[in-house]
Amino acid sequence: MIRIAGCLLLLFMVNVSAAARGTGDLGLFIERASSSVQIIETSGNTSIARVGELGDLSHASVVYSRDARYAYVFGRDGGLTKIDILKAEISNRKLQAGNSIGGAISQDGRLVAVSNYKPGGVKIFDADTLELVADIPATYGDNQQRSKVIGLVDAPESKFVFALWDAGEIWVLDMSDRSRPQIQKFNKIGRNPYDALITGDGRYYIAGLFGEDGMAMLDLWNLSAGVKRILPDYGKGKKKLPVYKMPHLEGWAVAGDLAFVPAVGSHEVLVIDMRSWQQAGRIEVHGQPIFVMARPDGRQVWVNFAIPDNDTIQVIDTQSLAIVRQLKPGKGVLHMEFEPRGEEVWLSVRDENRVEVYDTRTFERRSSIPATSPSGIFFTARAHRIGL
Amino acid sequence: MTRSSWLALSLMLSTPLVAGGDITGARAQELQNLLIQDCGSCHGLQMKGGLGPALVPEVLQGKNADYLSSVILYGRSGSAMPAWKGLLSPVEARWIAERLLQGVVK
Repeated sequence: MIRIAGCLLLLFMVNVSAAARGTGDLGLFIERASSSVQIIETSGNTSIARVGELGDLSHASVVYSRDARYAYVFGRDGGLTKIDILKAEISNRKLQAGNSIGGAISQDGRLVAVSNYKPGGVKIFDADTLELVADIPATYGDNQQRSKVIGLVDAPESKFVFALWDAGEIWVLDMSDRSRPQIQKFNKIGRNPYDALITGDGRYYIAGLFGEDGMAMLDLWNLSAGVKRILPDYGKGKKKLPVYKMPHLEGWAVAGDLAFVPAVGSHEVLVIDMRSWQQAGRIEVHGQPIFVMARPDGRQVWVNFAIPDNDTIQVIDTQSLAIVRQLKPGKGVLHMEFEPRGEEVWLSVRDENRVEVYDTRTFERRSSIPATSPSGIFFTARAHRIGL
Repeated sequence: MTRSSWLALSLMLSTPLVAGGDITGARAQELQNLLIQDCGSCHGLQMKGGLGPALVPEVLQGKNADYLSSVILYGRSGSAMPAWKGLLSPVEARWIAERLLQGVVK
């Protein structure tokens, strides 16, 4: 009897770590200075566990498996780590390059792609085993130099799309036959694409250009039309302010037909009419915007800023285009992530070692979680969204 | 040599060369944090490079602190490196340059 009870106890203990539980309210945030992540839940706003020894996590990002159980963490040092978020343990890890910048998971969830600075290119791995499936060097020019790759996203019909910082190109990679990757290249898209996004419907891929005005847009439903320049007049004749931090385009904020994007080198959020792809307005903001993110219902857009204004958040009302709230969460607000239906938003306050949760209706602070230099925050709802 | 680098050079020569060793206390902490976190967003938390080049001592061999502080203060035109003179004094830029030459990550 005692032995049976012991077995039952053991079973129970094993089960505690992987107790029957959904993952829909789980997520994680990066602690970039300590090479760790904290796994959190958004129903009670608590930290569940910490997983460490993940390497250099500057600029780290995360995608989720289609069952939203595994997080793939892309580190700066080329580390690709698969974390079981229910067991809070590393289930696989690989150093796949010298220097990398982010990744994506394929539409069917079977492939994970990583974009690398060094050696410049994209590598594709099996999502289960992390075995290498394809190596796509980002070569360009007569001398076949290698370019840093940025803005890697997944797209419908088994595609990945990315841009070449040094070459000024956009590549569309078709992985429908994993043994024979097909690449379609678009060159002369503009100088130094620094980040890119894909619209939530998976149709438009848009790259921001650091070295030129405007943005480069590719309609994935109409590839033969090639890359078009949108917002061509943006920034013309204006003296640009120093850009202390590159803006991010992921999280493209859309409300109705309007999209909101960070301007580069000016303290403005640009409003784009997505029917005509013309600029429909500009909103003066507190500093150089970094992330411009819409609450999931599109009614509000939240903006954070580069140093020295990174202690502030502004909230834009998308009907009036007015700033309706300014918050001062603390020094070094690096990233925001909305809960899937948008009632709360999580903010990482890097220099004050806290992650905070705000109510998006009342703007009151709901929770505060101690963290070590927190940066990116990623919830499992991303598992089911194109481009995230 | 481009016009902007002449400008940087002449500004550098007209500015008295400063030593960055005498920053202490809270400001030194702030600068250290700026170096790791904000320089690190482009150059990597361990200065091994990112969108910007690696800034580890082996790579910086042959470059002196005056040159590095002028790049920090005035930026590099045609690249994504901004001028930090709006946020940093010459003494502070020099302090950061010296940290880079010593190696930020031991």
